[in-house]
Amino acid sequence: MPKRDKTHENESKNSSEKKALGRREFVKLVGGTSVAVSAAGMLVGEVLLPQKAEAVGNPPRGKVIGPGPVAITLRVNGEDKQLSVEPRVTLLDALRDRLDITGAKRVCDRGTCGACTMIVNGKAVYACTVLAIDAAGSKADIWTIESLAPEGQLHPLSQAFVDNDGQQCGFCTPGFVMAAKAYLDGHPHPTYEEVKKALGGNLCRCGTYMGVRRAVVQAGGGHVTEGGA
Amino acid sequence: MADYHWPPAEKRALIGKRISRIDGPWKSSGRAKYTFDINRPGMLYGKMVLSPYAHAKIVTIDTSVAEKMPGVKGVQLILQPGAEVLWVGQEIAAVAAETEEQSRDAVRAVKVKYEPLPFFAREAEPSKAGQNTKVTGEVKVGDPDTAFKEADVIHEGTYGIPVITHCCLEAHGQVMEWQGDQLKYWATTQSVSGLAGDLSRALGAGGINIPASNIEVITPVMGGGFGSKFASDTWGLACAQLAKKTGRAVKMMLERDQELMVAGARPSMHAKVRVGAKKDGTLTVWESTTWGTGGTSVESPPQLPYVIIPPNKRTNYTAVLTNIGPIRPWRAPNHPQLCAMTLCALDDLADKLGMDPAEFLKKNLNLTAKDRAPDYAKELDKASELMDWKTKWHPRGDKTPGHIKRGVGVSLHTWGGGGGPSNCQCVIQPDGSVSVSLATQDLGVGTRTVVTIVAAETMGLPLEGVTANIGDSKYPASGASGGSTTVGGVSSSTRRAATNALNELLAKVAPSLNAAVDDLEAVGGRIQVKSDPSRSIDWKAACAKLAGTPITATGQTSRDLISSGVGGVQMAEVSVDTETGIVKVEKMVAVQDVGLVMDLETAESQAYGSLIMGVTYALYEEKVMDGPTGKCLNPNMEFYKLAGINDIGELVVHFMTGPGYDERGPIGLGEPPTISPGAVLSNAVANAIGVRVPELPLTPASVLAALSKA
Repeated sequence: MPKRDKTHENESKNSSEKKALGRREFVKLVGGTSVAVSAAGMLVGEVLLPQKAEAVGNPPRGKVIGPGPVAITLRVNGEDKQLSVEPRVTLLDALRDRLDITGAKRVCDRGTCGACTMIVNGKAVYACTVLAIDAAGSKADIWTIESLAPEGQLHPLSQAFVDNDGQQCGFCTPGFVMAAKAYLDGHPHPTYEEVKKALGGNLCRCGTYMGVRRAVVQAGGGHVTEGGA
Repeated sequence: MADYHWPPAEKRALIGKRISRIDGPWKSSGRAKYTFDINRPGMLYGKMVLSPYAHAKIVTIDTSVAEKMPGVKGVQLILQPGAEVLWVGQEIAAVAAETEEQSRDAVRAVKVKYEPLPFFAREAEPSKAGQNTKVTGEVKVGDPDTAFKEADVIHEGTYGIPVITHCCLEAHGQVMEWQGDQLKYWATTQSVSGLAGDLSRALGAGGINIPASNIEVITPVMGGGFGSKFASDTWGLACAQLAKKTGRAVKMMLERDQELMVAGARPSMHAKVRVGAKKDGTLTVWESTTWGTGGTSVESPPQLPYVIIPPNKRTNYTAVLTNIGPIRPWRAPNHPQLCAMTLCALDDLADKLGMDPAEFLKKNLNLTAKDRAPDYAKELDKASELMDWKTKWHPRGDKTPGHIKRGVGVSLHTWGGGGGPSNCQCVIQPDGSVSVSLATQDLGVGTRTVVTIVAAETMGLPLEGVTANIGDSKYPASGASGGSTTVGGVSSSTRRAATNALNELLAKVAPSLNAAVDDLEAVGGRIQVKSDPSRSIDWKAACAKLAGTPITATGQTSRDLISSGVGGVQMAEVSVDTETGIVKVEKMVAVQDVGLVMDLETAESQAYGSLIMGVTYALYEEKVMDGPTGKCLNPNMEFYKLAGINDIGELVVHFMTGPGYDERGPIGLGEPPTISPGAVLSNAVANAIGVRVPELPLTPASVLAALSKA
């Protein structure tokens, strides 16, 4: 599988034991390909080696919060949003359940399928594997698909998905659009081959990949061929 | 008067053109609200208590601790003490709490005492399945024994496809909200019209009486079903009961592991096959001993062989009963399995005969169902051309040096399709706006777009001139989406409703054009006289003559506008790394007979999607069960693998359309192209590496195992 940025948040003692174990195991599994969110919640671009996962998995020092709900502020789509969540709540669930921002979808709920992709501090992030408290305050600048265009209008990238039928049931589509947005921000004119590698971290069940390839190439100003191989 | 028949090619303004799906912007902007996205005021979150045992008797259920936990508002038993559970993950109780997290905590606090019972969860051939089998009778046609004696070449082999799951990206589930004696039911479903009755019956059996007409099922969009979302299910009932009990809206969507464990699986099929042919390649006899599991249900015996049926055959089937969870229809039920058993065996027989398998199939097309042979022959030729088959095919085993071996394979398939029951209501307003309303659903196939195309085409209007209202049970009933019958049903009912409405309008305007109604037509936003198109009236001006009263007309599925029965041929090219066993799809070609295409763009997407789903089950998918514990070992998406964007190679789709095809009307497309990929990819791998990998999926381990036996 192509490498793709994934995020990982540190566990605090306050997280539920079960979740902490699951997430640490997850980091071991994807060890060689991860980008971590540090104790401070900042995205760091270091490659996380399996042995290092244990090291950064140590609890951070600082204020103990939880296990009950804590008040946090999330900076979402350029606005500060106040909410109250238990420390174990993911960024994805905080947005979907508490703020009614539902464009990002919950599918695998463990950093595999990309349906929950958001752009945090300029990088595509699986919001199901980031804790809301780790994205709180000024640490994270969170952008969801709702930010691409005002309601009733369409961002050119979303338009490209329409033009090339890069969607069927559409449940994976917001994740694809945001992963493609993050990629295009750094690689404005991708080829088909580049798109195939860049979007390897998103999964679709209906089988829309042919249209997705064409859509992202079109959004990058490239020549769209029939079929889009 | 406009008539119902589909317009001829030269008169089609919209039908068959490449039209972007009209709800596309809603989806790709993230604004579409799926059931999973519905948030209601004061809504509670439901979660379910699941059995950890593959077979057990429930002794006691203690919910007292859970009921007192923070945020918990209601607990509902799904099963009572004394009941038996038959698979891991079976639903026992449900709780509703203020947050998802509190609901999960409460589920863990429900104490269930079980009396474990013997179970059988990892399927095995009947001789190793103990008492867990049911033998169905032998079927004999002709004289197979004599035919084998007289055959010049006989091949024997074993083939298999494991149980796979549906893995819908939007998990099963619903939001329920009681409003007085009415119930709002946001459902991710393939059956908007059928669900209210289904739930009403279930609620009634549990003591809550509500007429189906008081239940509104709402499904403007849904995140995938593939055959697994026809019923309200235990979770629908429990969710409605919790909503009643708590007086609050309740959302209960399955967790991903639950989705993969219990929300749908496709039966397995395994076969020992013996086939015989004459030296010239004429297939004369088939014999198969087949077994497979459909969980605790006994599947009906498979109709083998598939598509190509020799005069002599003997078939046996044994159902193996397992505690793996419920089976549900999976896109083209049974056909992918039958196709793989048959077309892989015939491919091996062709190899033994020293024949090109495409030639072998062509030679035996007279053994296909009546009238189908000429179509299959044309499809084989077209596929050969698109694959460059004659250049790429070689006898078994790529002899070029190196560890990357290339090969090609061929397969063919059939499907029924047709049109399900559908009612459409069409309204023309005096301001010229037009709506069509049907309680159908768009699973992602483009139903909403097709309905709009048909109505707009009929009225001679642009797409924007018509509003399609679907996905709500308050509209006229339309059938469930199964068997590739949705487009046939809704396009014929919409055509009739729109034509009926248009004819009423034509009657209104005929006097002002001084023409007979029969001499009028609606074209390009105008109503004009056929014999003298210079006499015409603008659509809006025509509708203004309605004098304040809209036209309302209805239409139903009409057999004379649709057909059933299609065939398709597929070819695949793969490269196989004989050192790692990794199979890479290079190219796939799907040539498919579909009848009249309504929207070329969404139709192609259906075919591409079928191929991709086919690549996925051919190469990656298997619901892996653990024998000793009865648990599913991969109820998650890192180990239950789906193909990614870089795993599918180059895909080529060609529809057989035009004269001779279009006259049949729409038939149905969602299922047929997903039938052949298992067989065609297995055959391509055999052609590349020189040996058959007997069981799907074609994993590195199974490829290496087959190579080591060669």
